[in-house]
Amino acid sequence: MFKKLRITCNEATTICDKSQYQEASFIEKIKLNLHFLTCQICRLYTKQNNKMSRLFKSNSIDCKRKTICLSEADKRALKKQLEEYKV
Amino acid sequence: MLQEKITLNPDKWINNYADYLFNYAVVRVNDGDLAKDLVQETFYAGLKSAKNFLGKSTERTWLVSILKRKVIDHYRKINSKKGQAEVRMNFYDTGENEGSWIEERVPQSWDNASEKTIENQELKMQLEICIDNLPEKYAMVFRMKTIQEFQTEEICKELDITASNLWVIIHRARTQLRKCMEDNWFNN
Repeated sequence: MFKKLRITCNEATTICDKSQYQEASFIEKIKLNLHFLTCQICRLYTKQNNKMSRLFKSNSIDCKRKTICLSEADKRALKKQLEEYKV
Repeated sequence: MLQEKITLNPDKWINNYADYLFNYAVVRVNDGDLAKDLVQETFYAGLKSAKNFLGKSTERTWLVSILKRKVIDHYRKINSKKGQAEVRMNFYDTGENEGSWIEERVPQSWDNASEKTIENQELKMQLEICIDNLPEKYAMVFRMKTIQEFQTEEICKELDITASNLWVIIHRARTQLRKCMEDNWFNN
């Protein structure tokens, strides 16, 4: 039974990445935790991954706060190009 | 009562939709100049196929659907680009060690992780540099998923990729980013 639950580091870290977005399934989480019993490296990866996620999150908040608009100059240029395109 | 048929009004496109479309493009491709080009192409394509507009949707929805095609075309282009910087492998691909960490890519403990706080502007800049170092395709999917926080389903639909495809990309992007941050920030 355990054989079926055994995964490689590559698979374990993929599941870990998925779980950073709360999208790992129950069975995947079991596999990941079993893997941790025998693998310190992936444990460390997971710890660091959580830290990275917090970092991404704060970056994300920053990014979303900005709304980006076209400058008036860009719009004028675009208008001109479109006019030329029409004729 | 008959619903009034929506007609196109190209003269007002730029005033009404340029910002909206530009924003739509920029959160997906993360490049202002490229986004500008895509918006321009969208307007061109809109003019060209104006006669095909059935008036069933709003003008904006119709233009967005054109822009969507442009974004996916761009994704396909970067996806197939030959000789693009490939992501460095972190795991053995074949052999008896298949799926295990490659020794020199094994995560190292971070010695100064606690002092270097997340609020730090420099840290954010380093992160941006690391994301920019990813192959474009990985950066694009990673940003959509992690920074813009799109749903998995939505990304898959928009870029026409499968969920497992998406997770492989996210996984490669994240392992690469981890390594990049380790080398340039945490253990620097």
